[in-house]
Amino acid sequence: MIGKEGEPNNSGEVVFRVRDLTKIYAMGEVEVHALRGVNLELYSGELVVLLGPSGSGKSTLLNILGGLDTATGGDVTYRGKTLTNADERELTEYRRYHVGFVFQFYNLIPSLTARENVAVVTEIAQNPMTPEEALQLVGLTERLDHFPAQLSGGEQQRVAIARAISKNPEVLLCDEPTGALDSKTGIVVLEALDRINRELGTATAIITHNADIAGMADRVIHLSNGRITEIKANAVKKSPGELQW
Amino acid sequence: MKGQVFAITLVVVSGVATFIMFISTIDSLSLTRNRFYRDYRFADVFVNLKRAPESLKEKIQNVPGVHQVETRVSAYVKLDIKGFSEPVTARIISVPDDGKPLLNRLYIKKGRLADPAKDNEVVVNENFALAHGFDPGDRFAAIIHGKWKELTITGIALSPEFVLIMRPEAMSPDFKHYGILWMGRKALSKAYDMDGAFNNAVLTLYPDAKLSDVLAQLDTIVEQYGGYGTYARKDQISHRLLSGEFQQLQTSSEIFPTIFICVAAFLLNVVMSRTINTQREQIAALKAFGYNNLDIGIHYAKLVVLIISPGLIGGIVAGIWFGKMLGGIYMEVYRFPQLIYTLHPGVIVAAVLISIASALVGTLHSLWRAAKQPPAEAMRPEPPAQYRVTLIEKTGIGRMLTQPSRIIARNIERKPIRTFLSIIGIAVACATMISSGFFKDAVAFMVNVQFVLSQKEDMKVAFTEPTSRRALYELKELPGVHHAETFRTVPARFKFGSRSYKTAINGIEPESRLHLLLDTDLNAISLPPSGIVLNDYLGKFLGVRAGDLLTVEVLEGSKPVRQVPVVALVKLYLGVMGYMDVTALNRLMREGDAVSGAYLVTDPLYSGKLYRNFINMPRVSGTVLRRNEIRNFHDVQAKGMLFFTFIATLMACSIAFGVVYNSARIALSERSRELSSLRVLGYTRGEISYILLGELGLITLIAIPLGFLIGYWLCAYIAQALASDLFRVPLVIETKTYALAAAVVLASASVSGLIVRHKLDHLDLVEVLKTRE
Repeated sequence: MIGKEGEPNNSGEVVFRVRDLTKIYAMGEVEVHALRGVNLELYSGELVVLLGPSGSGKSTLLNILGGLDTATGGDVTYRGKTLTNADERELTEYRRYHVGFVFQFYNLIPSLTARENVAVVTEIAQNPMTPEEALQLVGLTERLDHFPAQLSGGEQQRVAIARAISKNPEVLLCDEPTGALDSKTGIVVLEALDRINRELGTATAIITHNADIAGMADRVIHLSNGRITEIKANAVKKSPGELQW
Repeated sequence: MKGQVFAITLVVVSGVATFIMFISTIDSLSLTRNRFYRDYRFADVFVNLKRAPESLKEKIQNVPGVHQVETRVSAYVKLDIKGFSEPVTARIISVPDDGKPLLNRLYIKKGRLADPAKDNEVVVNENFALAHGFDPGDRFAAIIHGKWKELTITGIALSPEFVLIMRPEAMSPDFKHYGILWMGRKALSKAYDMDGAFNNAVLTLYPDAKLSDVLAQLDTIVEQYGGYGTYARKDQISHRLLSGEFQQLQTSSEIFPTIFICVAAFLLNVVMSRTINTQREQIAALKAFGYNNLDIGIHYAKLVVLIISPGLIGGIVAGIWFGKMLGGIYMEVYRFPQLIYTLHPGVIVAAVLISIASALVGTLHSLWRAAKQPPAEAMRPEPPAQYRVTLIEKTGIGRMLTQPSRIIARNIERKPIRTFLSIIGIAVACATMISSGFFKDAVAFMVNVQFVLSQKEDMKVAFTEPTSRRALYELKELPGVHHAETFRTVPARFKFGSRSYKTAINGIEPESRLHLLLDTDLNAISLPPSGIVLNDYLGKFLGVRAGDLLTVEVLEGSKPVRQVPVVALVKLYLGVMGYMDVTALNRLMREGDAVSGAYLVTDPLYSGKLYRNFINMPRVSGTVLRRNEIRNFHDVQAKGMLFFTFIATLMACSIAFGVVYNSARIALSERSRELSSLRVLGYTRGEISYILLGELGLITLIAIPLGFLIGYWLCAYIAQALASDLFRVPLVIETKTYALAAAVVLASASVSGLIVRHKLDHLDLVEVLKTRE
């Protein structure tokens, strides 16, 4: 199913290897097959966009990769270690030290300032940058001591990105990072993600239903109805500034 | 909301139950008492004298305001009960020969009245019979006017005069060592040479009679007959103790339900404001459909009523149950024919209305906010919460705080009123516990002061008449008596300025080893050779201080009136008395070395033998064993205490649990998103629990010392409310009472903490990321 063109351009090490991944939710009496056998590799340093309509299984996939959800069948390995049979404590540790998350609704702690929201992560990480460095990477040096309520949506999302990358994670998983933003602000956020990917070499997976964003990816993975329908490598990556929607 | 409703229900149940329990107990006991008083014709005025001819009755009858008069013969006797080797005394009272007392009628529970002609038949009071397992037909002996006499019990009775029976000067009822006997007038008169005479009269007054005038006139009339005490019903011991108990119930019924109602209102406010917050959009939609503010308000008011309804029902049921239980406990000590349990529908209506009203007041603010929101505004999500850097952080401690600790600090500071009320709520739970432990501590302290520090004698022997001091040598000669000291007790009225108080002067030996006077710091003070020492309560009551001249009217013998300097005030928790050097008192009485009795230190091995001796000594009117007095005091208190401690613990737990659990649940619902986010970021369950439970822990830890303080105030208030000339409750709270209160609060808080922790462990991490708050 994975075509030749699905190979990454910059063939780095395999970060995630996904084999025959299935996920079935029981919704009352009805079983929902969110993933119906997904096979996939993600490589270090690459930026991948997962495209698909609502209910295609892309969030489920990302949640399993991020250690937030468990699979019904199949295997996921992260740098050779199997995630699919990890227990609660191991998954927490995995999230704590290896993965950065960015969500559609930012999920900042309202009682903490931008700097402190980043410090939430740097305090418990093994090899973090300082909150100031992280916020500088997303261009928020001026807004260090502002509370979420004092920041615009785009700024809040950039704080969330700073928080996610401040631990120097291996992977950055972004679920609709621009979903709650207008296109102009969205592009600023994507520029931040692109910059992190380039400068830190963090493997980045971005979920979106916005096909226009696919242009900035190394590879674009299409999901539909719980299956990968297409994996396409972009011959030429666009910079976020060139994107339009 | 299930758990929160449960927590609120607990508090409402406790509040309504205590309210109904106290009020119904007061109502039931009042009704029972009033019925008993009315049906058995309880007297209004009591007259004691040495001996008066029956013809005086007419004179008494003619005093304006006097309705009915009954003369009686009454005496204190020693009893000799087979198989019971401890000293027992009794008051024996005559019953008219027709068997029908006009006043203070007997309720015969078992058996029959004594035959008036038979001098060996008596009726005994019920508690005394129960304490000794007596039934009609049983026998025991009494020393009646110096003669050993075997008596047969013909009946067991109750009297409105002796609802609660307490030996004069005793600390607490002692049913085993003190009883009331009723004998036919003819037989008793004969035994005491009182044919055609009496030494006790009881009377009722017309409703419009002026009590003080009647008492004054009676005093004058009986003076020449050795009158030594005319008093009104309010000073009658049984009635006084009963009224004191009602007063105590009244105080409790005001304090505790109020606490609960406030806590319930607060909890409802918190829950309702949260509910309304989460339902903004539905409210907006309803308003958009054309519902008006009143409709919305009524909808939520109904919700409030619905939430407290189970508590109301549970509280009414529990209240009736507790009320009957409490009534039953009182009935063991206070003897009525039967407890007429009453619960006026009005009390239930009041409980329901007060609860609903306070619940609505508590939620009014949230309701008002719900009602006034324009629909368009309500449709929009709530603006993000505003936070500030807290004051604590500005002091520089801030840099040392971890982010989770910072979250705790800012959340506490952001809702200062709610935090404050939570703290107060928990503190009140702690205070409730302290107030229940306080009674135990205070009683233990009183017993210690009274019996260990102050009255060190093993036995107190009272003589029938003032006797020469030589009697002391006789006592000292008895085998088993290690040490003996005499005392002289003289009834007297103290006057200072416009105030006066009738009590007694206790003359004790100057270097007494057995009867120590304690100053307000409980240090023994030596008795000065002249002048009088008063206890602090009496001093305050009369307004005298050391150095003032007190007018003393002796109510015995030649009834001298003297000016005596007050030398000091001493601490005394029970009763009200004046103390003098025994020789100074003899001087004041212009008598020789008369004594009224002696305090003894005895060898326990000889106790039994000594009692027998005293039973057979005609001059000894009675013996009191200190050990019995202490044990008995604890016995009588224990049951009531246990019940109150049980109720108080229940109440404290429900408040502490209710407040902590509610705070925790609200915090969880407000912050589950934030906590889930932290879990996603790699925080462990323990670490996020810290944020939520740390806040509650901090609130609880702040609340406990505050609870100690409120508890102390509450106890001070209770002590002050209960203080009377019968006893003063010392404001003594032991460390272990504080510790227990803290432990109960911590345990209740921990239980709610664990429940919330369980919920935290099952947060749905994925769900929360999909939604915008």
